[in-house]
Amino acid sequence: MGLLTPDPGLLFWMVVTFGVVFFILAKYGFPVILKTVEDRKAYIDNSLKAAREANEQLANVKVEGEKILAQAREEQHRILSEAAVTRDRIIKDAQEKAFAEGNRLMEEMKKQIETEKESAIRDIRRQVAVLSVGIAEKIMRNRLADEKEQTALIDRLLDEMIETSKK
Amino acid sequence: MAVPAALTKAQAAEGDIDVNELVFGHIGDAYQWHIVKFGDTEVSIPLPVIVKSSTGWHVFSSARLEEGPYEGLYVAKGGAYDGKIVERNAAGEEVRPLDISITKNVLGLFINSAVLLVIMMSCVRWYKKHPLEDGAPKGGVGMIEATVLSIYNDVIKGCIGENYRRYAPYLLTAFFFVLVNNLMGLIPIFPGGANVTGNIAITLVLALCTFVLTNVYGTKAYWKEIFWPDVPTWLKAPIPMMPLIEFFGIFTKPFALMIRLFANIMAGHAAVLSLVAIIFITVKSGPVINGSMTVVSVAFDIFMNALEVLVAFIQAYVFTMLSAVFIGLSQVKEHAEK
Repeated sequence: MGLLTPDPGLLFWMVVTFGVVFFILAKYGFPVILKTVEDRKAYIDNSLKAAREANEQLANVKVEGEKILAQAREEQHRILSEAAVTRDRIIKDAQEKAFAEGNRLMEEMKKQIETEKESAIRDIRRQVAVLSVGIAEKIMRNRLADEKEQTALIDRLLDEMIETSKK
Repeated sequence: MAVPAALTKAQAAEGDIDVNELVFGHIGDAYQWHIVKFGDTEVSIPLPVIVKSSTGWHVFSSARLEEGPYEGLYVAKGGAYDGKIVERNAAGEEVRPLDISITKNVLGLFINSAVLLVIMMSCVRWYKKHPLEDGAPKGGVGMIEATVLSIYNDVIKGCIGENYRRYAPYLLTAFFFVLVNNLMGLIPIFPGGANVTGNIAITLVLALCTFVLTNVYGTKAYWKEIFWPDVPTWLKAPIPMMPLIEFFGIFTKPFALMIRLFANIMAGHAAVLSLVAIIFITVKSGPVINGSMTVVSVAFDIFMNALEVLVAFIQAYVFTMLSAVFIGLSQVKEHAEK
Protein backbone atom coordinates (compact mmCIF):
# COMPACT_ATOMS: atom_id res chain seq x y z
CA MET A 1 0.00 0.00 0.00
CA GLY A 2 1.49 3.24 -1.06
CA LEU A 3 1.29 6.49 0.82
CA LEU A 4 -1.37 7.79 -1.51
CA THR A 5 -3.80 4.92 -1.05
CA PRO A 6 -6.11 5.49 1.89
CA ASP A 7 -6.32 2.47 4.14
CA PRO A 8 -9.93 1.33 4.59
CA GLY A 9 -9.46 0.46 8.28
CA LEU A 10 -8.06 3.86 9.11
CA LEU A 11 -10.73 5.47 6.95
CA PHE A 12 -13.39 3.68 8.95
CA TRP A 13 -11.95 4.68 12.31
CA MET A 14 -11.40 8.24 11.12
CA VAL A 15 -15.05 8.56 10.12
CA VAL A 16 -16.15 7.17 13.48
CA THR A 17 -13.72 9.24 15.56
CA PHE A 18 -14.19 12.47 13.69
CA GLY A 19 -17.93 11.92 13.78
CA VAL A 20 -17.89 11.50 17.55
CA VAL A 21 -15.53 14.43 18.10
CA PHE A 22 -17.59 16.61 15.79
CA PHE A 23 -20.83 15.59 17.48
CA ILE A 24 -19.55 16.32 20.99
CA LEU A 25 -17.82 19.57 20.11
CA ALA A 26 -20.61 20.83 17.88
CA LYS A 27 -23.23 20.08 20.52
CA TYR A 28 -21.52 20.75 23.83
CA GLY A 29 -18.29 22.53 22.98
CA PHE A 30 -18.23 25.47 20.62
CA PRO A 31 -21.81 26.64 21.04
CA VAL A 32 -21.17 27.06 24.76
CA ILE A 33 -17.98 29.02 24.16
CA LEU A 34 -19.48 31.19 21.43
CA LYS A 35 -22.66 31.78 23.37
CA THR A 36 -20.74 32.73 26.50
CA VAL A 37 -18.66 35.18 24.53
CA GLU A 38 -21.76 36.69 22.95
CA ASP A 39 -23.50 36.86 26.31
CA ARG A 40 -20.46 38.45 27.83
CA LYS A 41 -20.40 41.02 25.06
CA ALA A 42 -24.04 41.80 25.71
CA TYR A 43 -23.34 41.93 29.42
CA ILE A 44 -20.49 44.38 28.95
CA ASP A 45 -22.61 46.54 26.66
CA ASN A 46 -25.42 46.54 29.20
CA SER A 47 -23.03 47.31 32.01
CA LEU A 48 -21.62 50.25 30.10
CA LYS A 49 -25.10 51.51 29.44
CA ALA A 50 -26.08 51.06 33.06
CA ALA A 51 -22.93 52.83 34.19
CA ARG A 52 -23.65 55.74 31.89
CA GLU A 53 -27.20 55.96 33.16
CA ALA A 54 -26.02 55.76 36.73
CA ASN A 55 -23.58 58.55 36.02
CA GLU A 56 -26.32 60.66 34.56
CA GLN A 57 -28.51 59.93 37.51
CA LEU A 58 -25.72 60.83 39.84
CA ALA A 59 -25.31 64.14 38.10
CA ASN A 60 -29.06 64.64 38.34
CA VAL A 61 -28.97 63.78 42.00
CA LYS A 62 -26.27 66.35 42.54
CA VAL A 63 -28.28 69.03 40.81
CA GLU A 64 -31.39 67.95 42.67
CA GLY A 65 -29.54 67.98 45.94
CA GLU A 66 -28.33 71.47 45.31
CA LYS A 67 -31.83 72.52 44.43
CA ILE A 68 -33.18 71.01 47.62
CA LEU A 69 -30.44 72.67 49.61
CA ALA A 70 -31.22 76.03 48.08
CA GLN A 71 -34.90 75.52 48.80
CA ALA A 72 -34.12 74.58 52.37
CA ARG A 73 -32.00 77.64 52.77
CA GLU A 74 -34.77 79.83 51.38
CA GLU A 75 -37.27 78.20 53.70
CA GLN A 76 -34.97 78.73 56.62
CA HIS A 77 -34.56 82.35 55.69
CA ARG A 78 -38.29 82.75 55.35
CA ILE A 79 -38.99 81.10 58.69
CA LEU A 80 -36.37 83.21 60.39
CA SER A 81 -37.72 86.44 59.01
CA GLU A 82 -41.25 85.41 59.89
CA ALA A 83 -40.11 84.59 63.38
CA ALA A 84 -38.48 87.99 63.63
CA VAL A 85 -41.65 89.68 62.45
CA THR A 86 -43.73 87.68 64.90
CA ARG A 87 -41.34 88.48 67.70
CA ASP A 88 -41.45 92.16 66.91
CA ARG A 89 -45.21 92.09 66.76
CA ILE A 90 -45.50 90.23 70.05
CA ILE A 91 -43.17 92.66 71.72
CA LYS A 92 -45.00 95.56 70.27
CA ASP A 93 -48.34 94.13 71.34
CA ALA A 94 -47.02 93.49 74.80
CA GLN A 95 -45.69 96.98 74.99
CA GLU A 96 -48.93 98.45 73.86
CA LYS A 97 -50.88 96.32 76.26
CA ALA A 98 -48.58 97.19 79.10
CA PHE A 99 -48.82 100.84 78.19
CA ALA A 100 -52.61 100.72 78.08
CA GLU A 101 -52.77 98.83 81.34
CA GLY A 102 -50.43 101.31 82.94
CA ASN A 103 -52.55 104.17 81.65
CA ARG A 104 -55.69 102.54 82.92
CA LEU A 105 -54.13 102.00 86.33
CA MET A 106 -52.86 105.52 86.38
CA GLU A 107 -56.28 106.81 85.45
CA GLU A 108 -57.93 104.81 88.17
CA MET A 109 -55.33 105.97 90.61
CA LYS A 110 -55.93 109.55 89.64
CA LYS A 111 -59.65 109.13 90.02
CA GLN A 112 -59.24 107.58 93.40
CA ILE A 113 -56.85 110.27 94.44
CA GLU A 114 -59.29 112.85 93.19
CA THR A 115 -62.15 111.34 95.12
CA GLU A 116 -60.08 111.07 98.21
CA LYS A 117 -58.87 114.58 97.78
CA GLU A 118 -62.39 115.83 97.40
CA SER A 119 -63.62 113.95 100.41
CA ALA A 120 -60.67 115.25 102.39
CA ILE A 121 -61.39 118.74 101.25
CA ARG A 122 -65.02 118.23 102.17
CA ASP A 123 -63.95 117.01 105.55
CA ILE A 124 -61.67 119.93 106.00
CA ARG A 125 -64.40 122.35 104.97
CA ARG A 126 -66.82 120.87 107.40
CA GLN A 127 -64.32 121.13 110.20
CA VAL A 128 -63.34 124.61 109.09
CA ALA A 129 -67.03 125.51 109.16
CA VAL A 130 -67.48 124.00 112.59
CA LEU A 131 -64.33 125.72 113.78
CA SER A 132 -65.28 129.05 112.27
CA VAL A 133 -68.78 128.83 113.76
CA GLY A 134 -67.20 128.15 117.17
CA ILE A 135 -64.69 130.89 116.67
CA ALA A 136 -67.41 133.24 115.48
CA GLU A 137 -69.50 132.35 118.50
CA LYS A 138 -66.64 133.16 120.83
CA ILE A 139 -65.84 136.37 119.03
CA MET A 140 -69.50 137.31 119.01
CA ARG A 141 -69.80 136.62 122.65
CA ASN A 142 -66.76 138.82 123.33
CA ARG A 143 -67.98 141.60 121.04
CA LEU A 144 -71.54 141.58 121.93
CA ALA A 145 -70.79 142.26 125.52
CA ASP A 146 -71.59 145.91 125.18
CA GLU A 147 -74.76 147.34 123.75
CA LYS A 148 -73.22 149.72 121.34
CA GLU A 149 -71.32 147.34 119.67
CA GLN A 150 -74.37 145.12 119.35
CA THR A 151 -76.47 147.75 117.67
CA ALA A 152 -73.53 148.81 115.43
CA LEU A 153 -73.18 145.27 114.23
CA ILE A 154 -76.84 144.86 113.65
CA ASP A 155 -76.84 147.99 111.60
CA ARG A 156 -73.91 147.03 109.55
CA LEU A 157 -75.33 143.63 108.97
CA LEU A 158 -78.60 145.12 107.92
CA ASP A 159 -76.79 147.42 105.53
CA GLU A 160 -74.93 144.67 104.07
CA MET A 161 -78.09 142.61 103.64
CA ILE A 162 -79.84 145.50 102.01
CA GLU A 163 -76.96 146.03 99.77
CA THR A 164 -76.96 142.39 98.71
CA SER A 165 -80.67 142.40 98.23
CA LYS A 166 -80.27 145.48 96.05
CA LYS A 167 -77.90 143.80 93.90
CA MET B 1 8.41 12.33 15.78
CA ALA B 2 9.75 9.02 16.86
CA VAL B 3 13.28 10.32 17.05
CA PRO B 4 14.46 8.26 20.02
CA ALA B 5 13.02 5.24 18.34
CA ALA B 6 14.93 6.09 15.22
CA LEU B 7 18.09 6.69 17.22
CA THR B 8 18.12 3.38 18.96
CA LYS B 9 17.00 1.51 15.93
CA ALA B 10 19.81 3.04 14.00
CA GLN B 11 22.33 2.31 16.72
CA ALA B 12 21.25 -1.28 16.75
CA ALA B 13 21.71 -1.50 13.04
CA GLU B 14 25.27 -0.22 13.55
CA GLY B 15 26.04 1.61 10.40
CA ASP B 16 24.19 -0.20 7.69
CA ILE B 17 21.00 1.65 8.21
CA ASP B 18 18.14 1.73 5.79
CA VAL B 19 17.04 5.36 5.88
CA ASN B 20 14.24 4.66 3.46
CA GLU B 21 12.73 2.04 5.68
CA LEU B 22 13.28 4.13 8.79
CA VAL B 23 11.54 7.17 7.39
CA PHE B 24 8.72 5.40 5.61
CA GLY B 25 8.28 2.99 8.49
CA HIS B 26 7.48 5.95 10.66
CA ILE B 27 5.36 7.81 8.18
CA GLY B 28 3.27 4.75 7.38
CA ASP B 29 1.03 2.81 9.65
CA ALA B 30 1.90 -0.17 11.87
CA TYR B 31 0.14 -2.85 13.83
CA GLN B 32 2.12 -2.10 16.98
CA TRP B 33 3.39 1.15 18.43
CA HIS B 34 7.15 0.93 18.42
CA ILE B 35 8.69 3.09 21.14
CA VAL B 36 12.34 2.21 21.62
CA LYS B 37 14.85 -0.60 21.32
CA PHE B 38 17.35 -1.31 24.09
CA GLY B 39 20.03 -3.56 22.71
CA ASP B 40 17.99 -6.45 21.38
CA THR B 41 14.79 -5.83 23.32
CA GLU B 42 12.08 -4.08 21.40
CA VAL B 43 9.85 -1.89 23.52
CA SER B 44 6.58 -1.47 21.73
CA ILE B 45 2.92 -1.41 22.54
CA PRO B 46 1.02 -4.26 20.90
CA LEU B 47 -2.31 -3.11 19.53
CA PRO B 48 -5.50 -5.06 18.89
CA VAL B 49 -5.92 -6.54 15.44
CA ILE B 50 -9.52 -6.71 14.23
CA VAL B 51 -9.90 -8.56 10.96
CA LYS B 52 -12.76 -10.20 9.12
CA SER B 53 -11.17 -12.80 6.89
CA SER B 54 -12.71 -15.63 4.90
CA THR B 55 -12.86 -17.59 8.17
CA GLY B 56 -14.82 -14.94 10.04
CA TRP B 57 -13.88 -12.28 12.59
CA HIS B 58 -10.49 -12.39 14.28
CA VAL B 59 -9.59 -10.20 17.25
CA PHE B 60 -6.15 -10.66 18.81
CA SER B 61 -3.07 -8.78 19.96
CA SER B 62 -0.62 -7.75 17.29
CA ALA B 63 2.13 -9.39 19.42
CA ARG B 64 0.87 -12.76 18.07
CA LEU B 65 1.98 -11.76 14.58
CA GLU B 66 5.62 -11.38 15.63
CA GLU B 67 6.26 -15.11 15.49
CA GLY B 68 4.56 -15.76 12.18
CA PRO B 69 1.13 -16.55 10.77
CA TYR B 70 -1.69 -16.55 13.30
CA GLU B 71 -5.06 -18.04 12.43
CA GLY B 72 -4.01 -17.97 8.79
CA LEU B 73 -3.19 -14.29 8.92
CA TYR B 74 0.21 -12.74 8.57
CA VAL B 75 1.90 -9.45 7.76
CA ALA B 76 2.83 -9.30 4.11
CA LYS B 77 6.43 -8.57 3.21
CA GLY B 78 6.69 -6.83 -0.14
CA GLY B 79 4.08 -7.08 -2.83
CA ALA B 80 0.97 -4.99 -3.19
CA TYR B 81 0.03 -5.25 0.48
CA ASP B 82 3.45 -4.68 2.02
CA GLY B 83 3.19 -4.35 5.78
CA LYS B 84 -0.49 -5.16 5.93
CA ILE B 85 -2.22 -8.22 7.32
CA VAL B 86 -3.09 -10.65 4.53
CA GLU B 87 -4.33 -14.18 4.09
CA ARG B 88 -4.04 -16.66 1.27
CA ASN B 89 -7.11 -17.54 -0.72
CA ALA B 90 -7.85 -20.89 -2.30
CA ALA B 91 -5.73 -20.07 -5.30
CA GLY B 92 -2.78 -19.33 -3.02
CA GLU B 93 -2.79 -15.60 -3.77
CA GLU B 94 -2.34 -12.99 -1.04
CA VAL B 95 -5.59 -11.14 -0.42
CA ARG B 96 -6.49 -8.49 2.11
CA PRO B 97 -9.27 -9.26 4.49
CA LEU B 98 -11.51 -6.52 5.90
CA ASP B 99 -9.10 -4.91 8.31
CA ILE B 100 -10.30 -2.47 10.97
CA SER B 101 -7.43 -3.07 13.37
CA ILE B 102 -6.54 -0.45 15.95
CA THR B 103 -3.27 0.45 14.29
CA LYS B 104 -0.75 3.00 15.45
CA ASN B 105 -2.49 5.77 13.52
CA VAL B 106 -5.90 4.75 14.81
CA LEU B 107 -4.68 4.76 18.40
CA GLY B 108 -2.94 8.08 17.77
CA LEU B 109 -6.20 9.37 16.36
CA PHE B 110 -8.05 8.22 19.49
CA ILE B 111 -5.50 9.75 21.84
CA ASN B 112 -5.41 13.05 19.97
CA SER B 113 -9.19 13.19 19.82
CA ALA B 114 -9.33 12.51 23.55
CA VAL B 115 -6.79 15.29 24.14
CA LEU B 116 -8.87 17.64 22.02
CA LEU B 117 -12.07 16.72 23.84
CA VAL B 118 -10.46 17.10 27.25
CA ILE B 119 -9.08 20.52 26.35
CA MET B 120 -12.37 21.76 24.93
CA MET B 121 -14.56 20.27 27.61
CA SER B 122 -12.43 21.67 30.42
CA CYS B 123 -12.88 25.08 28.79
CA VAL B 124 -16.61 24.51 28.61
CA ARG B 125 -16.61 23.50 32.27
CA TRP B 126 -14.84 26.73 33.13
CA TYR B 127 -17.62 28.68 31.40
CA LYS B 128 -20.29 26.71 33.22
CA LYS B 129 -18.63 27.30 36.59
CA HIS B 130 -18.05 31.01 36.20
CA PRO B 131 -20.88 33.50 35.89
CA LEU B 132 -20.62 36.24 33.33
CA GLU B 133 -19.66 38.75 36.00
CA ASP B 134 -16.32 36.98 36.41
CA GLY B 135 -15.25 38.45 33.09
CA ALA B 136 -13.10 36.85 30.43
CA PRO B 137 -11.03 33.76 31.21
CA LYS B 138 -7.29 33.92 31.64
CA GLY B 139 -4.54 31.41 30.97
CA GLY B 140 -5.29 28.28 28.97
CA VAL B 141 -9.02 28.85 28.68
CA GLY B 142 -8.34 32.41 27.58
CA MET B 143 -5.96 31.14 24.94
CA ILE B 144 -8.52 28.67 23.59
CA GLU B 145 -11.19 31.35 23.64
CA ALA B 146 -8.97 33.78 21.76
CA THR B 147 -8.17 31.12 19.16
CA VAL B 148 -11.81 30.10 18.78
CA LEU B 149 -12.82 33.73 18.38
CA SER B 150 -10.13 34.57 15.87
CA ILE B 151 -11.13 31.59 13.73
CA TYR B 152 -14.80 32.37 14.21
CA ASN B 153 -14.61 36.07 13.47
CA ASP B 154 -11.81 36.31 10.94
CA VAL B 155 -12.09 33.07 9.04
CA ILE B 156 -15.63 31.78 9.32
CA LYS B 157 -17.53 35.05 9.44
CA GLY B 158 -15.23 36.65 6.90
CA CYS B 159 -15.24 33.88 4.31
CA ILE B 160 -18.75 32.48 4.44
CA GLY B 161 -20.89 35.54 4.90
CA GLU B 162 -24.52 35.40 5.82
CA ASN B 163 -25.07 31.79 6.88
CA TYR B 164 -21.82 31.41 8.77
CA ARG B 165 -23.49 30.19 11.97
CA ARG B 166 -24.53 26.91 10.38
CA TYR B 167 -20.96 26.01 9.42
CA ALA B 168 -19.13 27.32 12.48
CA PRO B 169 -19.21 24.08 14.51
CA TYR B 170 -17.78 22.01 11.66
CA LEU B 171 -15.07 24.49 10.73
CA LEU B 172 -14.02 25.03 14.34
CA THR B 173 -13.94 21.30 14.94
CA ALA B 174 -11.90 20.78 11.79
CA PHE B 175 -9.45 23.50 12.80
CA PHE B 176 -8.84 22.21 16.29
CA PHE B 177 -8.85 18.60 15.15
CA VAL B 178 -6.16 19.26 12.58
CA LEU B 179 -4.20 21.51 14.93
CA VAL B 180 -4.14 19.04 17.81
CA ASN B 181 -3.25 16.14 15.53
CA ASN B 182 -0.48 18.17 13.90
CA LEU B 183 0.99 19.23 17.22
CA MET B 184 0.71 15.82 18.81
CA GLY B 185 2.53 14.42 15.80
CA LEU B 186 5.49 16.64 16.68
CA ILE B 187 5.96 15.08 20.12
CA PRO B 188 8.63 12.46 19.52
CA ILE B 189 7.52 9.73 21.93
CA PHE B 190 4.32 7.97 22.87
CA PRO B 191 1.54 9.15 23.13
CA GLY B 192 2.50 11.62 20.43
CA GLY B 193 4.45 11.03 17.29
CA ALA B 194 1.85 9.23 15.23
CA ASN B 195 1.72 10.64 11.74
CA VAL B 196 -2.05 11.09 11.79
CA THR B 197 -2.68 14.19 9.68
CA GLY B 198 0.13 13.07 7.39
CA ASN B 199 -1.99 10.11 6.39
CA ILE B 200 -4.16 10.46 3.35
CA ALA B 201 -7.10 8.56 4.85
CA ILE B 202 -7.45 11.21 7.56
CA THR B 203 -7.24 14.16 5.20
CA LEU B 204 -9.56 12.38 2.80
CA VAL B 205 -12.32 12.23 5.39
CA LEU B 206 -11.82 15.87 6.32
CA ALA B 207 -11.85 16.98 2.70
CA LEU B 208 -14.92 14.85 2.08
CA CYS B 209 -16.76 16.63 4.90
CA THR B 210 -15.95 19.98 3.32
CA PHE B 211 -17.01 18.65 -0.07
CA VAL B 212 -20.36 17.49 1.28
CA LEU B 213 -21.01 20.73 3.16
CA THR B 214 -20.07 22.77 0.12
CA ASN B 215 -22.33 20.99 -2.34
CA VAL B 216 -25.27 19.86 -0.26
CA TYR B 217 -26.09 23.39 0.82
CA GLY B 218 -25.03 24.99 -2.47
CA THR B 219 -27.40 27.71 -3.67
CA LYS B 220 -29.06 27.88 -7.06
CA ALA B 221 -26.66 30.59 -8.13
CA TYR B 222 -23.75 28.33 -7.23
CA TRP B 223 -24.98 25.55 -9.50
CA LYS B 224 -25.82 27.99 -12.25
CA GLU B 225 -22.28 29.32 -12.16
CA ILE B 226 -21.01 25.80 -12.62
CA PHE B 227 -23.24 24.65 -15.46
CA TRP B 228 -24.01 27.95 -17.16
CA PRO B 229 -21.32 30.44 -16.12
CA ASP B 230 -21.21 34.06 -17.27
CA VAL B 231 -18.86 33.55 -20.18
CA PRO B 232 -19.25 34.02 -23.98
CA THR B 233 -21.74 31.48 -25.26
CA TRP B 234 -19.27 29.73 -27.58
CA LEU B 235 -17.36 28.64 -24.51
CA LYS B 236 -20.32 26.69 -23.25
CA ALA B 237 -22.79 26.05 -26.08
CA PRO B 238 -21.74 23.32 -28.52
CA ILE B 239 -18.89 21.94 -26.47
CA PRO B 240 -19.47 22.64 -22.73
CA MET B 241 -15.91 23.71 -22.10
CA MET B 242 -16.40 26.01 -19.16
CA PRO B 243 -19.07 23.90 -17.46
CA LEU B 244 -16.73 20.94 -17.70
CA ILE B 245 -13.89 22.88 -16.12
CA GLU B 246 -16.17 24.25 -13.43
CA PHE B 247 -17.58 20.80 -12.77
CA PHE B 248 -14.12 19.36 -12.27
CA GLY B 249 -13.44 22.28 -9.98
CA ILE B 250 -16.01 20.89 -7.58
CA PHE B 251 -13.76 17.90 -7.06
CA THR B 252 -10.35 19.46 -7.42
CA LYS B 253 -10.98 21.95 -4.64
CA PRO B 254 -11.44 19.41 -1.83
CA PHE B 255 -8.85 17.20 -3.49
CA ALA B 256 -6.34 20.02 -3.13
CA LEU B 257 -7.35 20.35 0.52
CA MET B 258 -6.71 16.68 1.07
CA ILE B 259 -3.32 16.63 -0.66
CA ARG B 260 -2.10 19.90 0.84
CA LEU B 261 -2.57 18.87 4.45
CA PHE B 262 -1.35 15.33 3.90
CA ALA B 263 1.74 16.32 1.94
CA ASN B 264 2.75 19.14 4.28
CA ILE B 265 2.61 17.09 7.44
CA MET B 266 4.08 13.98 5.90
CA ALA B 267 6.92 15.96 4.36
CA GLY B 268 7.60 17.61 7.70
CA HIS B 269 7.90 14.27 9.45
CA ALA B 270 10.04 12.90 6.64
CA ALA B 271 12.35 15.92 6.71
CA VAL B 272 12.99 15.73 10.45
CA LEU B 273 13.60 12.01 10.32
CA SER B 274 15.94 12.33 7.35
CA LEU B 275 17.92 15.01 9.16
CA VAL B 276 18.23 12.76 12.21
CA ALA B 277 19.34 9.94 9.95
CA ILE B 278 22.33 12.04 8.83
CA ILE B 279 23.93 11.25 12.19
CA PHE B 280 23.79 7.53 11.58
CA ILE B 281 24.69 7.62 7.93
CA THR B 282 27.92 9.49 8.71
CA VAL B 283 29.00 7.03 11.40
CA LYS B 284 31.09 5.18 8.81
CA SER B 285 32.94 8.35 7.77
CA GLY B 286 34.91 8.57 11.02
CA PRO B 287 34.48 10.42 14.28
CA VAL B 288 35.37 13.90 13.03
CA ILE B 289 32.87 14.03 10.21
CA ASN B 290 30.29 12.16 12.27
CA GLY B 291 30.71 14.60 15.20
CA SER B 292 30.47 17.72 13.10
CA MET B 293 27.54 16.32 11.13
CA THR B 294 25.79 15.53 14.41
CA VAL B 295 26.00 19.19 15.39
CA VAL B 296 24.68 20.23 11.99
CA SER B 297 21.93 17.63 12.16
CA VAL B 298 20.76 18.67 15.63
CA ALA B 299 20.80 22.33 14.61
CA PHE B 300 18.70 21.55 11.55
CA ASP B 301 16.40 19.34 13.59
CA ILE B 302 15.69 22.13 16.01
CA PHE B 303 15.03 24.46 13.11
CA MET B 304 12.80 21.94 11.38
CA ASN B 305 10.83 21.21 14.52
CA ALA B 306 10.28 24.90 15.14
CA LEU B 307 9.20 25.23 11.53
CA GLU B 308 6.87 22.28 11.92
CA VAL B 309 5.16 23.91 14.90
CA LEU B 310 4.51 26.85 12.63
CA VAL B 311 3.38 24.57 9.82
CA ALA B 312 1.08 22.70 12.22
CA PHE B 313 -0.81 25.92 12.88
CA ILE B 314 -0.62 27.25 9.34
CA GLN B 315 -1.96 24.04 7.82
CA ALA B 316 -4.82 23.85 10.29
CA TYR B 317 -5.58 27.50 9.56
CA VAL B 318 -5.29 27.09 5.80
CA PHE B 319 -7.49 24.01 5.81
CA THR B 320 -10.17 25.84 7.76
CA MET B 321 -9.88 29.00 5.73
CA LEU B 322 -10.07 27.24 2.37
CA SER B 323 -12.97 25.12 3.56
CA ALA B 324 -14.70 28.33 4.61
CA VAL B 325 -13.92 29.95 1.28
CA PHE B 326 -15.30 26.97 -0.66
CA ILE B 327 -18.42 26.93 1.46
CA GLY B 328 -18.70 30.69 1.06
CA LEU B 329 -18.48 30.31 -2.73
CA SER B 330 -21.34 27.83 -2.64
CA GLN B 331 -23.48 30.39 -0.80
CA VAL B 332 -23.40 32.99 -3.56
CA LYS B 333 -26.56 34.92 -4.36
CA GLU B 334 -27.87 35.81 -7.82
CA HIS B 335 -26.33 39.00 -9.07
CA ALA B 336 -29.60 40.84 -9.17
CA GLU B 337 -28.25 44.27 -10.04
CA LYS B 338 -26.39 43.72 -13.29
